[in-house]
Amino acid sequence: MEEKEIVTKGKPEALYETFFRKDGKDKSTTHYCPGCGHGRVHKLIAESLNELGVADRAVFVSPVGCSVFAYYYMNMGNVQAAHGRAPAVGTGVARARPDSIVISYQGDGDLAAIGTAEILHAANRGENMTVIFINNAIYGMTGGQMAPTTMIGQKTLTSPRGRSSDNEGFPIRMCEIISTLEAPVYVERTSCTDVKNILKTKRAIKKAFKLQTERKGFSFIEILCACPTGWKKTPRDSIKWIQETLEPYFKPGVYKDASETAQPKPRIEPSTDPEQIFTALNLQKGKSPRATGRNIGEKRIKLAGFGGQGALTAGVAIATAGMHDGFDVSWLPSYGPEMRGGTANCSVIISDKRIGMPVVLNPNILVALNGPSLDSFEDDVTPGGLVIVNSSLIERKLKRADVKSVYVPLTEIATNLGLKAAANMVALGVVLGCEKLFDKERLHEVFKTSLKRKDTLEMNIKAVNAGFEFVQKH
Amino acid sequence: MKRELIKGNEAVIKGAVLAGCTHYFGYPITPASEIAQAASYYLPLFGGTFIQAESEVAAINMVYGASSAGVRTMTASSGPGMSLKQEGISYLAGSELPAVIVDIMRAGPGLGNIWPEQSDYHQVVKGGGHGNYKTIVLAPNSAQEMCDLTILAFDLSDKYRCTAVVLTDGYTGQMMEPVEFPEELKKAPYKEWALYADQKHRKNLVTSIFMSPQTLFEVNTRLNQRYKTIENNEVLFEDLHASDAKLVIVAYGIMSRVAHNAIEELRASGLKVGLMRPKTLWPFPVKKLKELCTSAQAFLVAEMSNGQMLEDVKLAIEHSRPIEFFGTWGGTVPSVDELKSAIKTTYEKTTR
Repeated sequence: MEEKEIVTKGKPEALYETFFRKDGKDKSTTHYCPGCGHGRVHKLIAESLNELGVADRAVFVSPVGCSVFAYYYMNMGNVQAAHGRAPAVGTGVARARPDSIVISYQGDGDLAAIGTAEILHAANRGENMTVIFINNAIYGMTGGQMAPTTMIGQKTLTSPRGRSSDNEGFPIRMCEIISTLEAPVYVERTSCTDVKNILKTKRAIKKAFKLQTERKGFSFIEILCACPTGWKKTPRDSIKWIQETLEPYFKPGVYKDASETAQPKPRIEPSTDPEQIFTALNLQKGKSPRATGRNIGEKRIKLAGFGGQGALTAGVAIATAGMHDGFDVSWLPSYGPEMRGGTANCSVIISDKRIGMPVVLNPNILVALNGPSLDSFEDDVTPGGLVIVNSSLIERKLKRADVKSVYVPLTEIATNLGLKAAANMVALGVVLGCEKLFDKERLHEVFKTSLKRKDTLEMNIKAVNAGFEFVQKH
Repeated sequence: MKRELIKGNEAVIKGAVLAGCTHYFGYPITPASEIAQAASYYLPLFGGTFIQAESEVAAINMVYGASSAGVRTMTASSGPGMSLKQEGISYLAGSELPAVIVDIMRAGPGLGNIWPEQSDYHQVVKGGGHGNYKTIVLAPNSAQEMCDLTILAFDLSDKYRCTAVVLTDGYTGQMMEPVEFPEELKKAPYKEWALYADQKHRKNLVTSIFMSPQTLFEVNTRLNQRYKTIENNEVLFEDLHASDAKLVIVAYGIMSRVAHNAIEELRASGLKVGLMRPKTLWPFPVKKLKELCTSAQAFLVAEMSNGQMLEDVKLAIEHSRPIEFFGTWGGTVPSVDELKSAIKTTYEKTTR
């Protein structure tokens, strides 16, 4: 960094002069213990924001841990997150306010244990935010339990005989992990032990913020800090312990710096123009006609075939046509894993009154495109109902005598037209030929708006007509 | 707009966009995935944000962040995912953040299966997270209502600074029906408490931690008063032949559609049966049920669960009339005939 940096005396503007939100009578000192690293880092954050002139745009996400109360001190937008979720909350803020400077501030338990997924994925998306990771190798707020960064042999309330790698594994090195990801722009570990290191820490924090103002994405600053209370050491011994125990394992240094090559991310803001949004949603202005005075009763149709025969597509087409003709309609697929391979079927209802249950258990029209479909649904058809059998693939006749049956070589007709896959549409032509629902031209109109390929449009229209004409002839 | 044949799940997103929702954070799960898919398609077309989060937990916390920054934001899931979201929902309540969540119920417990059930009722209506809180729960039973009630969910959640859940079942999410979308585009209202990341809102704080018991007492009291206001003002229901029915069926979601057929058919054969369908499960239509007690001799609660809404009906009418239960579960949906026969049996047993 070019600018000359000093640690200013007194409070920067981005730290509150009086801690008015703090509980109790003392509004001038922090709640942190003597020798704690948090207060120091808070000040470095505030100074950096002020020096960059972006404190107004800053949003500080405080974690669960001792720094849950960071909002007592940080004079900026503040949001408090659930344990481990600060990077997810920060993601929400950063995406909602593209000009914000988001500071996701977390301790080791919060970030490297319960929030492991959130930190890795925020980093991996390259969210435009800065994560400040306070690593003090212990859970401070809950009274000194083992953290994922607790050292081997370190005694805590939940590792009373010292952390054992056999039982608890090894201390996690987050900078090393984060720096393996493509997206992060800047990853550095510092320690807050002496003036030189404090200055280094500030330089790292300020660089991260600067990169954010340039929309260059995700920075991760890990800071080795003391927790004299949790460690049961004096502040002076704590500094020594950082230098002698933590630093050799958690080596300070720059783990990744892509600040020169990183491209600024685009600044995205949603449109509020209704016309643009109506177009995006493909909404058609105007009113749709409703069928009045035309009694067709309730047609409950079951279309079934093997996957790829287009039973579901045909169902949507005839339901859409029914809707355009002003009727109430519903379409319900068999969904989920059932749709992958095997048979597929859907329920379609076209009615002159409000439709209740959308599941067709007892169809009055069954379209069986293949044998298994006929086997499955023949018994369900209501007496007097209509069964359309694809005689190209189904050799047997119906077992029942109390239903109307129409045997049509659907696949053969479609193949002769040059589009074998249109057997489903031939079937719809047969339906409209047998049942006076609406003109087959309604289906043609549906194809015109729903089919993307012009050549298949002609073919599908021909297929419907062929099915319709088959019924007229036979 | 002209009617469009559309899946309930997709209607949710078109409705949400028309309600001014610009930020969607979600995770795939059957039978709710079409909601995320539609969001991933439509939102980027106008500069909106869609993120497929690393987990349900992350998704709800992204909603928390975006909501704290003042935009209209949502997520959607199904039972197993809703279980994971409970932490976030409790924090949203504690921080008084508006949010919309859609739950397309599948069958449980555990991984269960992907077929429809109504067994998230307790979790959603009573609140599955920790603490004294309530979420508004809207229960659509058609694709049109998937749109309309999603829009309403955004309005109510902003009005009361609370979470509004659109709760329905796999069938209502999966089925296609004609939907007439509104011709109005709404916008997220201005929120003076939100983090707009500018000078004017710099002092704002969004938090759910209140260390002093007295302060937290006051926060809870304020929330309780707000919940009371919601109970007084936001109840929605639909009834079908209920006012003169001797036996009133209480059902919501897809079960109310089965009941619709059953009741129309039984009415035609002379049975005085009717339907009371709560459109808001919280606030629950307590007053309406009490009123119906003047004409109804008995109630039949029909649910695809082991009797979760049943408890609310019992509490509402304070056992002043016999209440029978018709339930099914595991992903089975009753046929109209099955429900009809249960209604007939109950009718003969409980009415004169």
